[in-house]
Amino acid sequence: MKPMNIAEKILAKASGRDYVEPGEIVDAKVDKVMFHDLTGPMTLKVFEEMGGGSVWNPDRIVVIFDHIVPASSITAAENHVKLRKFVKVQGIKWFYDVGRGGICHQVMVEKGHVCPGELIIGADSHTCMYGALGAFATGVGATDMAATLLTGRIWLRVPEAVMVRYTGKMPRYLSGKDLILYTIGEIGADGANYKAVIYSGDVIRGLPMDDRFTMSNMAVEMGAKTGIVEPDDVTLSYLKDRVSECFTILGSDRGAEYSEEYEFDVSDIEPQVACPYRVDNVRPVSEVEGISVDQAFIGSCTNGRLSDLRIAAEVLKGHKVSRDTRLIVIPASQDVYREALREGLIDVLLESGAMICNPTCGPCIGVHLGVLSSGEVCIASINRNFIGRMGSRESKVYLASPATVAASAIEGRITDPRRYLKGIA
Amino acid sequence: MRIEGIVVKVGDHIDTDVIIPGRYLGITDPSELGKHALEGLDPSFPARLKPGVILVAGRNFGCGSSREEAPVALKAAGVRCIVAESFARIFYRNAINVGLPIVECSGIHSYTRDGDRLSVDLSSGVVEAVGRQFRFKPLPDFILRILEDGGLTNYIRKLRGLPT
Ligand code: SF4
Repeated sequence: MKPMNIAEKILAKASGRDYVEPGEIVDAKVDKVMFHDLTGPMTLKVFEEMGGGSVWNPDRIVVIFDHIVPASSITAAENHVKLRKFVKVQGIKWFYDVGRGGICHQVMVEKGHVCPGELIIGADSHTCMYGALGAFATGVGATDMAATLLTGRIWLRVPEAVMVRYTGKMPRYLSGKDLILYTIGEIGADGANYKAVIYSGDVIRGLPMDDRFTMSNMAVEMGAKTGIVEPDDVTLSYLKDRVSECFTILGSDRGAEYSEEYEFDVSDIEPQVACPYRVDNVRPVSEVEGISVDQAFIGSCTNGRLSDLRIAAEVLKGHKVSRDTRLIVIPASQDVYREALREGLIDVLLESGAMICNPTCGPCIGVHLGVLSSGEVCIASINRNFIGRMGSRESKVYLASPATVAASAIEGRITDPRRYLKGIA
Repeated sequence: MRIEGIVVKVGDHIDTDVIIPGRYLGITDPSELGKHALEGLDPSFPARLKPGVILVAGRNFGCGSSREEAPVALKAAGVRCIVAESFARIFYRNAINVGLPIVECSGIHSYTRDGDRLSVDLSSGVVEAVGRQFRFKPLPDFILRILEDGGLTNYIRKLRGLPT
């Protein structure tokens, strides 16, 4: 038996096997599934078309309203009604309605629905975020989700693994977002297609959970099936008080194989910006400084967490949002929102002129709370800058860290955040 | 399974946001979705997609969001098969699941032109373009069975002993 990496080990466990290898197709048992108000309606339609009936296990299903909350249209409201009914009829245990949870991926990790070593399937492409806790988590579409709801199983191809190691000394101004943008710029938007990315090295060991979530979240932006950080003390202290179930910590064997290995020294990396219309069109901030922005947005499952709001408040404290732009801030969850209030961050942001909206995907999906008109430019802490992502096909989105977005909001144009961070020359 | 059709070409990294923009999500009627297929790339696209089209794409077709509305819209717009240099993985699964045949075939994109006639043999793994044959790795048997059943929904119905 050859040594296995963590992704292979989890898939072997889920499929009741001692050993699996890349390229094999396994029939795996899932530990949890998640779907939300945007992928839910299609999932339920297919579920009925498959003959309906009862879900395989109502205790292992999590339903979260986040994309369009509160409902912004009659269609959205009707979809919410359909989903609420399904949750009730099926006796689904975990349901986060309007005002109860927040953005699905944040709720999944924050409320303890993700354990290391688990196989989790979500009807959303950024489900890969849970890999930051040492799970194998991946996104699927509505039909796969419907079939999994019925059977509790899914077929998966065992992916090759890509090892990305970070070395050097992490500068204080740099965040997980900068690291992942840099990585995507190097590896490319399809550089890890079908594969599992494993993030490692001393730099990762030193990164707080929030930054690890950001990095795993964006693994799909390199085409990856999932993005995993092997569990350590940081993981365990995050899980403490959140997770009550027992779980098995799995890690890669010594000598495990990877189809590619990358090593990046982070010591001199500048803050990074991904330019329209591709996530791998990444530049150091110094090359794009000065581009005017009509809107700045801090939020989403990528960067709407507490540490993101903290750094935004640190940058914005004592400054005002430029008259030439506007800043929208959306905490990723109700819990993040409350904690940010308690810490006084919301006050600092409001004082600077930011508009705070309720936890939701909002402008990230280009449907409500900050949709862009043609010709407008936005700098956002989100994960995608595709054509029309945040509204008009003639709008443009630049992706950056919350610090860079906040600094850009002050100046009304793309700005290096180092100028506004304490203790940085 | 053999499919014939007329080529409509698109480029590299066509993401699901341009295949079906976010504002149309929530619509579940396939024919309604089909009216907006690839509209995000160019508003004239839906008119170019007629029944019998084979979409020929470059690298990483279908990257981005997991929205199944993307392959549903393309299928409803008349696309019979997608042949690309490579696909993003969620789109790949979704296309098979909704019964839209999908083939990864290298070299095809630079060789073909809009309007070419193409034939795809899924079981033997051959694409025939004007005067040339391209080989691809045939789909595994159980995936072919899902496609023959018209998608995962019918496949599951059969497994459950329900009429299809
Ligand atoms: S915040 Fe954006 S990327 Fe995250 S789940 Fe919502 S729409 Fe998707």
